[in-house]
Amino acid sequence: MVIFGTALLAACYLAGIWVGEAIAVLIGVKANVGGVGIAMIFLIAAQHFLKTKGLFPADTEKGVTFWAMMYIPVVVAMAATQNVVVAIKGGPIALLSAVGSFLLCFGVVALINRSMQRHASPEEADASAALASAPDALKSR
Amino acid sequence: MLHMLEKTIADNPLITAFAFVGVVIWVSNQIGRHLTGGRVAGSAIAVLGGLALAYWGGAVTGKAKGLADIATFSGLALMGGAMMRDFTIVATASEVHVDEAKKAGWLGVIALLLGTVLPFIIGVLVAWSFGYTDPIALTTIGAGAVTYIVGPVTGAAIGASSDVMALSIATGVVKAIMVMVFTPVFARFMGLSTPQSAMVFGGLAGTVSGVSAGLAATDRKLVPYGALVATFHTGLGCLLGPSVLYLAVKAITW
Repeated sequence: MVIFGTALLAACYLAGIWVGEAIAVLIGVKANVGGVGIAMIFLIAAQHFLKTKGLFPADTEKGVTFWAMMYIPVVVAMAATQNVVVAIKGGPIALLSAVGSFLLCFGVVALINRSMQRHASPEEADASAALASAPDALKSR
Repeated sequence: MLHMLEKTIADNPLITAFAFVGVVIWVSNQIGRHLTGGRVAGSAIAVLGGLALAYWGGAVTGKAKGLADIATFSGLALMGGAMMRDFTIVATASEVHVDEAKKAGWLGVIALLLGTVLPFIIGVLVAWSFGYTDPIALTTIGAGAVTYIVGPVTGAAIGASSDVMALSIATGVVKAIMVMVFTPVFARFMGLSTPQSAMVFGGLAGTVSGVSAGLAATDRKLVPYGALVATFHTGLGCLLGPSVLYLAVKAITW
């Protein structure tokens, strides 16, 4: 049943947000501390557990994946409801921090990959060959 | 007839929002496919389109909630509100498979941490140099430099204002588009040739849409590896943004 998947997702969401609120109270912050991230961890763990027990049929999974695929549309709706008029005044900030973080990240990728390829031992080459068989479940995105 | 259509739309704001966003995304996909030759993913164009529409809505009404201040589109506020947004983001974790995640290994973890902390620092520094001193605004803009999802999630959790959130989303969107467009250009410079290198790239560059579109234009075989690590990017950012990173900024600006 599709609703079981959605209910599982809802339960993980509520549990995660609740833990986030609890942490916030514990450390004395007026915010939800990582509730969304914690909820994601709960969902990954719950799904993994149910799948290994064979209790997560395709129908149930649909109740979760539908919402996962709705995320970009929801983000578009969110973007359409922001106070952009005020934000435009700070335009250079968006551009500068985007360009800065983009350049830094690409530089670090080059650094890591180049040093990795220089020191690549035959053992590591085997490991990356094994990786080539990884499933491509993410293509749907 | 037209009057009845108006009444129908006004009575069903959320459903109208679903239909409207569908049209926006369809148009964006067409633009992405035909005008940019598939280089910029439709989703990024759609988010930009959303921001443009929000600007238009704000300019017309003079209020703070973008397009949602126009009665016809009021359903967007519910569809794009914090509850739906966080709910759907949690749902994306369902696409992470534990066994695959283990394959990413330590290299992926290090790349992810760097990919979260480095852009955050840049974002905070830029915002600070433009005169922001409030830790909430600094953290929200810094989180936007991580991805355009982490920004608003962090901002909502710590109570940022809508204009700071919009700035944070804009930062993330610009970065995602740059990643999409420039990945093929810098592919050789970054040593993007093996699955492992694609994982490092996915962790550092962030945004799933940016990474998958960028890698697709570089070498299709690398897409799942980059995207696999990048899917953790949002989760990690949402976890660290309102907690460790916010507290760090707060401690420094105190």
